[in-house]
Amino acid sequence: MINTVRTGAVIRKELAEIRRNKFIIVTSSILPVVFLVEPTLSILLTKASATSAMLATRVDVSLFVPLLVPVLIPATMSAFSVVGEREQGTLEPVLTTPVTRVELIGGKAAAIFMPSVGLSYLMFGVFIAIVALFAKPAVATEMWNAPQLPAEVVFIPLLAAWAIWVGLAVSSQVSDTRVAQQFSVLASLPAIALVALMSFRIVTPSLWLAVVLAVALLAIDCGACFVVAGLFDRERLVTGTRSRQRTVVPGTVRRLPPVRQSGGTS
Amino acid sequence: MSGAPAIEVSHLSKVFGGRSAVDDVSFSVGKGEVFGFLGPNGAGKTTTVRMLGTLIAPTSGSASVAGLPLGPANDAEIRQRISITTEAPGLYTRLTVAENLDFFARLYGLPGRQARIFEALSAVGLADRADDLCGSLSKGLKQRASLARSLLNEPEVMFLDEPTSGLDPVAAHDVLELVNGLRERGVTVFITTHRLDEAERLCDRVAILNTRLRTIGTPDELRRTLFTRSLAITTAAPLDKPDEVFGGLPAVKGWQASGPAGGNGPAGYVLSVTDPAAAAPGVTRALVAGGADVLSITETRHSLEDVYLELLGDGEGRS
Repeated sequence: MINTVRTGAVIRKELAEIRRNKFIIVTSSILPVVFLVEPTLSILLTKASATSAMLATRVDVSLFVPLLVPVLIPATMSAFSVVGEREQGTLEPVLTTPVTRVELIGGKAAAIFMPSVGLSYLMFGVFIAIVALFAKPAVATEMWNAPQLPAEVVFIPLLAAWAIWVGLAVSSQVSDTRVAQQFSVLASLPAIALVALMSFRIVTPSLWLAVVLAVALLAIDCGACFVVAGLFDRERLVTGTRSRQRTVVPGTVRRLPPVRQSGGTS
Repeated sequence: MSGAPAIEVSHLSKVFGGRSAVDDVSFSVGKGEVFGFLGPNGAGKTTTVRMLGTLIAPTSGSASVAGLPLGPANDAEIRQRISITTEAPGLYTRLTVAENLDFFARLYGLPGRQARIFEALSAVGLADRADDLCGSLSKGLKQRASLARSLLNEPEVMFLDEPTSGLDPVAAHDVLELVNGLRERGVTVFITTHRLDEAERLCDRVAILNTRLRTIGTPDELRRTLFTRSLAITTAAPLDKPDEVFGGLPAVKGWQASGPAGGNGPAGYVLSVTDPAAAAPGVTRALVAGGADVLSITETRHSLEDVYLELLGDGEGRS
């Protein structure tokens, strides 16, 4: 049973921390701007007289780049989420409260999901608006007819969720922030690679394939909360050692003199 | 301190990767008691707190905390009834003091959060710093904020893990005053500390741990168990025949010279006695009868530190 008050508390706290961390704000803003400029220039500089093959390639690349944002931003943010708290010493006090693993992990994921997806859609919206206003009509028409366009709208939140779960899983397992960030970005790449294969038409994209992929990613994203929560081992996070419950190890106990008991109150 | 114990521990052990951190520890803590858990670094104090606080599972043994047996089924309920103040304050430095407490109040699902937060901050004297960022607070104030956080859920049992570690004397004194306040409110306090003087001043009973439990009792009981009771006497000049003076006193089991001896200056003697208060008048009379000028006669008080060193000072203090 998930307690919405506790999950909401985690979301509020995470969002407040993100909002007040200038480093996160700046780095999270630079990446979308970079990924906005490149495809925008590519489209705006495409001549109306360009061959259909060149036009298609430009559109494919321009529509692929925005999909990097919902992967890279949440991957780095989620990678810091657990191991960062551990390093700051804030995780243990939280674990002493009644909050469950699913509530804690779910709250952290939601708090990263909202700004990541919001920023990705914002960037994508600006890109589309620029294309609509300033691209040459032939180029714009090619863009509106591209099958990736509606797919992008669907895949942005799905890819963000995937990157978040991967990042949280890694963050729950490692003890160093830098390692967590490296691993989470690497582990997020398979999903983006699949999209890249379709964007660049190495795998022929079709509505059917996109739907199957989206449904599969959605199912993975939904189940991942519980999988990642399962990886969230309180004992290991607190002590750095995996829990081994109720297994007596014979011969390891150093015997000391017996206790001297004096009085007592209970 | 009545009724069922607040904490009952039976043969609790914890092994980390083949190394025994806590070994076959048993004790109980009464309701409303301030219980000190002492021991050197690596003795298993924090591990015990973490086991009792449901953060880590025991390897073997059992325990009940706030009336509930330890185990996955009761973990959440136990956490609701207790609080743990960790050695590091563990505050979110980019949030204000009030925001930190609000977060935890929500995690505990507390009604009337704002009133609870104000009450907790007032109890630690931080009500006027509620809107300060935690990152801007001194270490002492952070520790107070951490204590305020632990008071939010009005715990039945409060675990304080080295609450004065790294604090200056004034800040440490403030924290100890707060613990005294908790005692008056009837909260059971389980405190781990290195500071033996504060444990002696604060705790109803103490346990000394070095992976295994070495002793447990009130500071007075431990002193009586480990040390012979004695009287320390200072005379203006050495006694001519101390054997004759002390030998005829039935309350005196033995004596030895202490401090400066020989010459014409003051001399000291330590007398082993069964009951210092009962023995002192007879000893004084014998000294006067023997022609001694008595400068002082006092009961020798062994500190908790003496007890600690007696138990752990033989090299076993480092584990």
